[in-house]
Amino acid sequence: MNLQKIRLVAGNYVFILPALLLFATFSLYPFFKVFQLSVMDWDGISPKMVYVGFENFKDLLFDNSVFWLSMRNAAFVTFLALTVQNSLALFLAWCCDREIRGGNVYRVIFYLPPVLSGIVVGLIWNWIYDGHYGLLNHFLHFIGLGDLSRAWLSEGRTALIAVSVIHMWKGFGWGFVILLAGLQSIPRELYEAARVDGASGWVVFKNITAPLMIPVFILVSILTILGTMQIFDIIIATTGGGPGYHTEVPITRIVTTMIGSSRFGYACAMGVVFGLVLLAVSMIQIRVSKAMRQV
Amino acid sequence: MIDNIQNICYAFRLMTFKKNLSELRPNLSIFIISFILFAFAGCGPSRDKDLNTLTVWHWMSDREAAFQELAEQFEEEQGVKVRFDLYAPSEAYAQRVKASAQTNTLPDIFGILGEKRDFASFILSGYVAGLTAYLNEKDGGLSWKERFFEKAVQVNEFLPGNEYGVEPGIYAVPLDITTIQMLYNKKLYEKAGLDPNRPPDSWEEFLSHARALRAKGIPGLVSGFGEIWMIEALASNWAMNLMGEEKVFKTYEGKVPYTDSDWVKVLSLFKQMADEKILVEGAVTMVNKTAEQTFANERAAYAFNGSWSVNVYRGMNPQLDYAVILPPKITHIYPMKIWGGAGTSFMVNDRSPRRENAIRFLKWLTEDKQQVFFAGRTQNLPANKNCLSDIPLVLAQFADDMDNTTHPNVYPVRENAAVTEAFDKGIQSILIGEKTPEAVAREVQKVKEKELRKKQ
Amino acid sequence: MARWGMDKWKHLGLSFFIHLFLIVVSLSCLFPLWWAFASSLKTQGTVFTDLSLFPKSPHWGNYYTAWVQADFGVYFLNSLFYTVTVVLGVIFIASMAAFAFSRLHFRGKNVLFFILISTMMIPIPGSFIALYVLLNKLHLVDTRLGYILPQINGGLALGIFLLKTFFDDLPKELEDSARIDGCGRFRVYWHIALPLARPAIAVLAIFNILAVWNEYLLAMLVLSNKNLMPLQRGLMVFQGAHITEYPLLMAGIVITVLPVLAAYLFLQKHIIKGITAGAVKG
Repeated sequence: MNLQKIRLVAGNYVFILPALLLFATFSLYPFFKVFQLSVMDWDGISPKMVYVGFENFKDLLFDNSVFWLSMRNAAFVTFLALTVQNSLALFLAWCCDREIRGGNVYRVIFYLPPVLSGIVVGLIWNWIYDGHYGLLNHFLHFIGLGDLSRAWLSEGRTALIAVSVIHMWKGFGWGFVILLAGLQSIPRELYEAARVDGASGWVVFKNITAPLMIPVFILVSILTILGTMQIFDIIIATTGGGPGYHTEVPITRIVTTMIGSSRFGYACAMGVVFGLVLLAVSMIQIRVSKAMRQV
Repeated sequence: MIDNIQNICYAFRLMTFKKNLSELRPNLSIFIISFILFAFAGCGPSRDKDLNTLTVWHWMSDREAAFQELAEQFEEEQGVKVRFDLYAPSEAYAQRVKASAQTNTLPDIFGILGEKRDFASFILSGYVAGLTAYLNEKDGGLSWKERFFEKAVQVNEFLPGNEYGVEPGIYAVPLDITTIQMLYNKKLYEKAGLDPNRPPDSWEEFLSHARALRAKGIPGLVSGFGEIWMIEALASNWAMNLMGEEKVFKTYEGKVPYTDSDWVKVLSLFKQMADEKILVEGAVTMVNKTAEQTFANERAAYAFNGSWSVNVYRGMNPQLDYAVILPPKITHIYPMKIWGGAGTSFMVNDRSPRRENAIRFLKWLTEDKQQVFFAGRTQNLPANKNCLSDIPLVLAQFADDMDNTTHPNVYPVRENAAVTEAFDKGIQSILIGEKTPEAVAREVQKVKEKELRKKQ
Repeated sequence: MARWGMDKWKHLGLSFFIHLFLIVVSLSCLFPLWWAFASSLKTQGTVFTDLSLFPKSPHWGNYYTAWVQADFGVYFLNSLFYTVTVVLGVIFIASMAAFAFSRLHFRGKNVLFFILISTMMIPIPGSFIALYVLLNKLHLVDTRLGYILPQINGGLALGIFLLKTFFDDLPKELEDSARIDGCGRFRVYWHIALPLARPAIAVLAIFNILAVWNEYLLAMLVLSNKNLMPLQRGLMVFQGAHITEYPLLMAGIVITVLPVLAAYLFLQKHIIKGITAGAVKG
């Protein structure tokens, strides 16, 4: 190998070197630590840990129905977020991408919910959903649907949906920003050309916008999956996982295991399994989207 | 700083418009250098070897101001400087203490959040100094230990033959105490035509009062049942009253099943509350802060809450007229036991070179004068029993029943956390009418059997 | 002529409904913040009785009390510093790596990318303890650097992922023509790729500003020295002490939210300017 080629290859590595250095130090080390702890019985305090092999994983996979229930709950919220929240975000982004009066103002406003802290969001939505004094129930009475009023966060049937609504409300701004950025990088000339050809709005969207946006769609849906599956603070601020197990999600289970019952090793095993599931889902998502892109 | 931000923005604009880079370079380098300088400004020895400066870590932001004042006073009197470091919220604090234990960087004095098992683990790892000898030392007739409510000390004590294998002794100094009891709103009682000075004593009375209140449209009980340990507290109160301590502990040992009729009876009490709609709507998932708000705003006649709430209610509604009672009794065969004991305790780092000074400080901190000051400022019950006459009436009511208190941390046997969770979550399901007491009892027993099998 | 008229009506009707929808969604977003703001202008006595959204006698004193009592002054500068450093760090390091993953060829590229991205998915419970042990070994506990580096690392996975998606879509011809002009890899990256990814960078910046500005757990873990603590520390302590005093609490929250909003206002212009950059592609 001659010197020039070495320089060329080395130059390529220089680009990723800073990222790799940081990553190796601050991600890989804790990452391996978690794997190491997941086969231990450890309370998080004592200097000694007991090696238990795959005991934690065995129990988790075959004997912990609550964990899998929490996974199902998170999957439900994620499904809603992927469909409802992202359609809303896309529609809003599409509206704001047009030359619309006051578009700038909307753009700012839609990003307000993600900025708010979990405390404010919890306070406000607790108040909206309140059984007696809640805004939602007042509204239902007002439009004559008083029979529907209830304590939305405390009923088995409505708790998870109520929490999902809060999550989607707080989260659509993220998708909106990314989708808007994506829409705006589509050359205007393409639209102009389509308009000259007399194509309708839907045809333009289907034939020009959607295909060009596929990488952005993939990005947004993966971020939605990752963000929603790891939903946590809203649950803590509103239902704490209740009533019963209706709003338990994986992270609340991990935290309860780690802090509530001081089983660090087991919590780490939960983290590993949960992470692998997320990884698998994201990989499938990428594959499917890529396949669709080729069609 | 603001200038720097503008520089960056400027820099960005330059870059993106592909202008000549040389224009930007001096700006950028000045900016990088100033940033690096700023970045390292925080370096240097953070933990000094000064033997006369104590460091205390805590998580109680509402008591920070009082602590700082006491620290100043101590320095004036004894010449030892005390630095209180606050890490809030408590989850952040708990993480910090655990992480510091791993690197042997715990401060001279700290508190441990969590169950007795965590406390034991800290002791077994050699991070906590044994204080038995100091507490028993006579100082002019009375020992340090005798200043405190017995129950407050017990929570920090490990008895011979304890299940954790900790050497028997006392390992922490209580600063204040808490009890968890029932409260009722006197004004709402009057409104419902009930005698505001005759609160319910028995379960039947409680039910009839609640009916009278409901007839006037006044909601009944509120509590932060979204935080399941509040459910655990109330349920275990009734369990102890119904079947006696012995039988409860036998259940924890695995000798009595949860499907026993007494346990089903305990669960049925919650079913009855649900059927009679005694619980405020939404209380099942309420965080305790919201529950406190509800009671303070007079939207519930009863609350199940701890003595810390005196301070909370005073902040939320100074006019609130309420009194403290025991939860309604189911039987008179066994006494009603309520949860109570040390609220906050401080531990001394066994490996600290300032150990003796740290103990001296804690001793000073729990003297009558300092305790009265502390209780007055923070509206918490002092751990020092000589101070009760100097505190507000409602607060003292909370302390009245100190003799009837118990706490999981003083139980001879602990229930497994998974079983407790299944039990409390089961009660939530009963409260929303989703499961029957019998079904919950069976489910809890199943979890219990699984945990028992694991132990073998 | 008639056709034109109908189109115009259709257009008007459509934009009426679009505006109606946008306004409804906007109100739902505005309401909580306005509610927080209105509450911050009330007093402890009126906050639960006076439910008006426009308090008659606004009590601005809450802001003064919050600012002074929570020690926001020092914390504010610290937060500004941390946010700027971390965001710049993430943007430069992530964009370089993303450029390499998208445009350059080297051994182990795919495996590395996969590993980098997969850490984004695995929530690491208790990793804080491992991180603390590590920082302690590196003597970074209680230093600004010890707080900054883990956060830059935390933003990398998302940053690389986001930017790679945008770089992948850059037309190859642009780069080739630049190369013919004699530009090296670094100049292609610096002069072509980076400016073109402007909308993505603005998005990345917004997300990271929000994350860093709101971070408090790592701050509590790594920093002991009050002079190094960020704004959230002040807010957390303040919250704990005044959790029952809603007006004060809301004033504190509004103070901490405003800078992020300002940053967004500034950056969203860059997203719009991205159109110009996008036009280059066509």
